Amino acid sequence: MTTATPTVGAGVQATTKTSRAARVRRRLNSRAATLVSIVIALLWTVPTFGLFISSFRPEDQIKTTGWWTFFTDPQFTMENYQEVLFSSSSSAGQLASYFINSLAITIPSVLFPIAFAALAAYALAWINFKGRDWLYIAIFSLQIVPLQMALVPLLKFFSTGVTIAGLQVLPAWELDGAQKFAQVWFAHTCFALPFAVYLLHNFISQLPRDLMEAARVDGATHPKIFRTIVLPLITPALAAFGIFQFLWVWNDLLVALIFAGGTKETAPLTVRLAEMAGTRGNEWQRLTSGAFVSIVVPLIVFLSLQRYFVRGLLAGSVKG
Amino acid sequence: MAFARSRQALAVAGVLGLALGVTACGTGNDKKSSKASSPECAAYEKYQGHDGKKVTIYSSIRDIEADRLAQSWKEFENCTGIKIDHEGSGEFEAQLGVRVDGGNAPDLAFIPQPGLLKRFADAGKLKPAGADTKAMAEGNYSPDWLKYSTVDGKFYGAPLGSNVKSYVWYSPKMFKEKGWTVPETWDDLIKLSDTIAGTGMKPWCAGIESGDATGWPATDWIEDLMLRMTSPEVYDQWTTHGIPFNDPQVAGAVDKAGMILKNEKYVNGGFGGVKSIATTSFQEAGTPITAGKCALHRQASFYANQWPQGTKVAEDGDVFAFYFPAVDPAKGKPVLGGGEFVTAFADRPEVQAVQTYLASGEYANSRAKIGDWVSANKKLDLANVPNPVDKLSVQILQDPKTVFRFDGSDLMPAAVGAGTFWKGMVDWINGKDTATVLNGIESSWPK
Repeated sequence: MTTATPTVGAGVQATTKTSRAARVRRRLNSRAATLVSIVIALLWTVPTFGLFISSFRPEDQIKTTGWWTFFTDPQFTMENYQEVLFSSSSSAGQLASYFINSLAITIPSVLFPIAFAALAAYALAWINFKGRDWLYIAIFSLQIVPLQMALVPLLKFFSTGVTIAGLQVLPAWELDGAQKFAQVWFAHTCFALPFAVYLLHNFISQLPRDLMEAARVDGATHPKIFRTIVLPLITPALAAFGIFQFLWVWNDLLVALIFAGGTKETAPLTVRLAEMAGTRGNEWQRLTSGAFVSIVVPLIVFLSLQRYFVRGLLAGSVKG
Repeated sequence: MAFARSRQALAVAGVLGLALGVTACGTGNDKKSSKASSPECAAYEKYQGHDGKKVTIYSSIRDIEADRLAQSWKEFENCTGIKIDHEGSGEFEAQLGVRVDGGNAPDLAFIPQPGLLKRFADAGKLKPAGADTKAMAEGNYSPDWLKYSTVDGKFYGAPLGSNVKSYVWYSPKMFKEKGWTVPETWDDLIKLSDTIAGTGMKPWCAGIESGDATGWPATDWIEDLMLRMTSPEVYDQWTTHGIPFNDPQVAGAVDKAGMILKNEKYVNGGFGGVKSIATTSFQEAGTPITAGKCALHRQASFYANQWPQGTKVAEDGDVFAFYFPAVDPAKGKPVLGGGEFVTAFADRPEVQAVQTYLASGEYANSRAKIGDWVSANKKLDLANVPNPVDKLSVQILQDPKTVFRFDGSDLMPAAVGAGTFWKGMVDWINGKDTATVLNGIESSWPK
């Protein structure tokens, strides 16, 4: 009896809340709201659109007039793209080769954290061991550590190894040239894991307990459950995190600059883009086409995986 | 299913990584053989004996200039077998600190700010230059230059490239048509400005926008006028805080610059009023000269590369530069400039060999022949400098009578020289009075 009263109260509150939510929803579905959102979307696209137009304009035009003059005085050229992609002088771009570097950095930097985080999240959610909750809280709270704080220590870790009280515990990595990719993978994986574990843990822990117990009764071991039950069910979450991580790593300049360096062997597109305007920034017309070359891949990834993205976000709210 | 797919992708990524590793190793190893004994290598004999060694260089030089650097030491690499790995970055100043702290310092770094050089030297991170490098540098550069890379009596490296900042760009063609002449003194310069303003054209164009570094072109104005109105000695006191930043002598120089920069009759040709100076990028600031919308633009020698394509930069061409005139002819016109210093974070013999080579006359000539480069190296042969503005700069720098001073904002502590001084100049252009701005900068000087 005593417990029933607050439940009823909560129920009433919930109904008013839903009706309020319904009202908001109705309003947001109105024609005026749609119009406003379209206007906002257009406004947000204008700078990108301007950059896109600019990338097809000749250098002297870009430097002297705004992109909108394109409509009154259309002058079209592919020279900017030609220059940044295939120019024979190594100064002007050759983005094609940095494109490969970007892929070589991004793909493992997405797959490693997904693989480790899925395993860790499963263990933290469904395997009973001592100190599990504290471990989870520790990992969760690591999210608040800004990665900038870890840059110098991590760089030291790679270049001089680990020494405790004069004793060399771990040797220096001593990587050279293309081997430096490993450093970037390591760094990105480290920085991504706390969030990845947190996100995937939320999904995995909400899978129905009956499912796990039925599998255990049938004699399935943890690896078997993980592979055949958990992984297929959390695909949307994996995809959602995958997109996050992909976009972050692809657009990252800082981590790559520090751990991969700016040499041709390892530098990704972002590092190259930052250098492309020349020592004194006088060749900035190249940035227009360079920017579009670099966003092609994120666009493809986002557009092709966006249904997972939405499903992944919704799955968290509805299933709970 | 999803797992199978990701496993596949993992395998692909692994193979990709391996393939990259293999190709990288492949290209790294096949350049070991040097033709050390061939006759053209005779000049490099004293640098030999380090076959197969590698030296890494980190600098802020990138793009086409980096290509030219690589080209300039190619023969050295072939003859000595030392492989030079150069990396240029726009974030050089910040990244160098991170790399040094992280134990990942480059062997050599081209540091363009004596202030930064001093910081690394004080922290004990830089290695003093070897005896060979020192001897080479002392033979080839004037003491004016070497004192900027000497900290507490220890010499850390020779200058490499330089630029001359005391220039006013103009159009010889326009001057000829209108019958104007290149002014020799400040008073002539003001008279000329008035004449030009009388024709309805705004005589000066200026721009100090430069991203994070917005304001620096205005600091160069002040520095040039400080040198001309006071003396190189007072200038040194100013940059080391021997006199306060709001000293009347500094205020005098700022007001003198204001005679032009804050004069609505004089600026800002092709862009608008005085305030447009703060929003005009320094790269574009001089271009109205080629369009006939302004006549004068004060900027360093490196501005030669900023003109629109097809502009002839020569004494009888579309644009050229004259030496920023003296305010008081008796005090002369000391040259304000900048440059980078070749400093070492390692003292391996091959690193010292490269450091010595970069200080040599052979290197200066090899680099100058490729174009668009100025150095204060005394062994640099003028015949090897193709570009007329660079030629003029080298002449000025090599003249034994020239008094040289380094760009002041690069000498001051970063909080001022790359901070409040820049910002103060932007406020000043935007209408704040000289005294308020200088008091603000003075109070920001680190105690």
